[in-house]
Amino acid sequence: MHEIGTTIGLGHYLAVAAILFATGMFGVFLNRKNVIVILMSIELLLLAVNINMVAFSVELGDLVGQVFTLFILTVAAAEAAIGLAILVVFFRNRGSIAVDDIRGLKG
Amino acid sequence: MIKAIVFLPLLGSMLAGIIAFVDCGDDKHKKHKMDLYAQWITSGFLLVAMVLSWMTFYQVGLHGEAYSVTVMSWIQSGDLDLNWAFKVDTLTAVMLVVVCTVSAMVHVYSIGYMHHDPDVPRFQSYLSLFTFCMLMLVTADNLVQMFFGWEGVGLASYLLIGFWYNKPSANAAAIKAFVVNRVGDFGFALGIFAAFVMFGTVSLDQIFAQAGGMKDATIHIFSGEFHAITVICILLFIGAMGKSAQLGLHTWLPDAMEGPTPVSALIHAATMVTAGVFMVSRMSPLFEYSDVALQVVTIVGASTAIFAATIGCTQFDIKRVIAYSTCSQLGYMFFAIGVSAYQAAIFHLLTHAFFKALLFLGAGSVIHAMSDEQDMRKMGGIWKMIPVTYGLMWIGSLALAGIPPFAGFYSKDVILEAAYGAHSAVGGYAFWMGIAAAFLTAFYSWRLIIMTFHGKSRADETVLAHVHESPKVMILPLVVLAAGAIIAGKAGYEWFVGHDAAHFWGNAILVLESHPALENAHHVPGWVKNLPLVVGGAGIALAYLMYMFVPSLPALVVKAIKPIHTFVFNKWFFDELYDAVFVKPAFRIGSGFWKIGDEAIIDGLGPNGIAQATQDTAQKAGVLQSGYLYHYAFAMLIGVVVMVGWYMIIVG
Repeated sequence: MHEIGTTIGLGHYLAVAAILFATGMFGVFLNRKNVIVILMSIELLLLAVNINMVAFSVELGDLVGQVFTLFILTVAAAEAAIGLAILVVFFRNRGSIAVDDIRGLKG
Repeated sequence: MIKAIVFLPLLGSMLAGIIAFVDCGDDKHKKHKMDLYAQWITSGFLLVAMVLSWMTFYQVGLHGEAYSVTVMSWIQSGDLDLNWAFKVDTLTAVMLVVVCTVSAMVHVYSIGYMHHDPDVPRFQSYLSLFTFCMLMLVTADNLVQMFFGWEGVGLASYLLIGFWYNKPSANAAAIKAFVVNRVGDFGFALGIFAAFVMFGTVSLDQIFAQAGGMKDATIHIFSGEFHAITVICILLFIGAMGKSAQLGLHTWLPDAMEGPTPVSALIHAATMVTAGVFMVSRMSPLFEYSDVALQVVTIVGASTAIFAATIGCTQFDIKRVIAYSTCSQLGYMFFAIGVSAYQAAIFHLLTHAFFKALLFLGAGSVIHAMSDEQDMRKMGGIWKMIPVTYGLMWIGSLALAGIPPFAGFYSKDVILEAAYGAHSAVGGYAFWMGIAAAFLTAFYSWRLIIMTFHGKSRADETVLAHVHESPKVMILPLVVLAAGAIIAGKAGYEWFVGHDAAHFWGNAILVLESHPALENAHHVPGWVKNLPLVVGGAGIALAYLMYMFVPSLPALVVKAIKPIHTFVFNKWFFDELYDAVFVKPAFRIGSGFWKIGDEAIIDGLGPNGIAQATQDTAQKAGVLQSGYLYHYAFAMLIGVVVMVGWYMIIVG
């Protein structure tokens, strides 16, 4: 691994995935504006996980990781669709999807 | 027979108690019928008991057949082994006659007096309960059984004083009577303990058998040695002082007049308050061996006699005047005991029971006639309207003032003669206090009669229009008691204190050779014999002068001796003194424990504190629940970081 810059290895993939995951994470709880941004951040989280899985799959020579990545992508698409659908209904009912306005669970 | 006497009233009390629970709803007719059942059941049982008690008196007193009956074994604990037993000797027989007769008369009288009270069965039940407890007391074979009766009558007294429980003053008086009696009962209980320590038994017969041998024994208390019998006797006497309203513990008796009048007559004149006199007489084989205790009894008795008589002269409530009179007469009985004239004390107890019950029931008849008015300043001029009551009150007063041939003359004179005959310093004190009290007794009795019955009426028109003689059911018992007040003295003199005394009393009372007061009483100078009568007459004359012929005189006298009158009128400020010394501090301590001890410390740290802490914590925890999604997400992230960190660093 001392030849950084010439070969892209597992470490690079993992680093990208970690950066991506952290970005998604911060997107979830630093965002004050819009629920759609949260949904997008969740997509990022899932993608980060996918990259991890593919990277390990290649590294370990085990195709199960890649198969599961495809599963996750499918589920993520479904989740996004449902999430957006809920959001549309929510907007219809409440007239706002600003994160700061959504605090019905306040104790 | 003795079992029937004791248990019939208990049975009556239970039956009346059951009737009291019968729900009559709005059915006036049914309620009236239930009242009648309760009244006649209890009165009937008491009348039977009364007849049986006379038979017992005949058998035990006149034929000298004292006996004991064991009902059952009661307590067995270590060395303490006592039976529930009835000891029937002359002393008990006399008390049986007094208690049963007066109680039966009061039961019958109550039928008329309480007839428009809503709680008749309850009243009759309490009266019978009282009678049962009093009979337990006088038939006691051991000190513990006597204590049972003692507390029982205290309870009945409490219930009956507070019978009209929606009257705050009646409740206060009931509590006062109970609490003041507690002080005396504490002394009585300690006396029983001391007797058990010294004699190893609480049985009267066994104690008396050992008393002579123990006359020099000492008892170790705290850090001193005391003469054991003196200690026991004084403790027992403290108990007697409480029950018999002697100076110092008398404050409850006048207040007890808040109860219905038949109660005052039965409990607070004739029977319960004489329990102390009975108890000390019963314990005569102990008291005889302690001259100190006898002197204490004499001084307390004589002081009470004069003290209560002075107050009696200034009061305006008709029942309170008689109450103080009772207190004063009990003082007579005690100083008779103090000079070892127990027989005279019991004789006076008997006659006093008749004429004082008569006076109280007569006063009740007056109060009944005057539409529940008790203030003598609002009476007067009614003797023509209620002549029978008037005549009966005269008989009672003549007996009380000691005018021959009425009962009080015999018993009171023999007491005074015995006090003189004791030839001791305390005996002399008792004699002169007794003479002064006899003067005041006559004075306040006629003050009562004149203010109540004579002169111009001071009642208002509506009350006057209503004045009526009481029904027969109330008058008849009065007549019986009046007969007692007339003949009991003459008839009983020879038995109780005269030539037949030794035979009559048998072994019931022990008087040592060194205490010949009663024997001397028959050989006192003539002026001693006549003095009580003279001062009695003088008292009556003075009362006539002041209240009948020169009605302006009392006001002038009061003005002339203003400070003394204020002092006496306020009952020597005993209530105020006790209020300041005991009641107020007790209240302060109580409220201290309540506000600081209970509310601040126990509640503050306990239930309320924990509840408050829970609430505060919940309030603060609630703030975390902000409702913002990103806060929850952040919390989840932190949780994941912590968990992963923990696995990596600690576990991994």
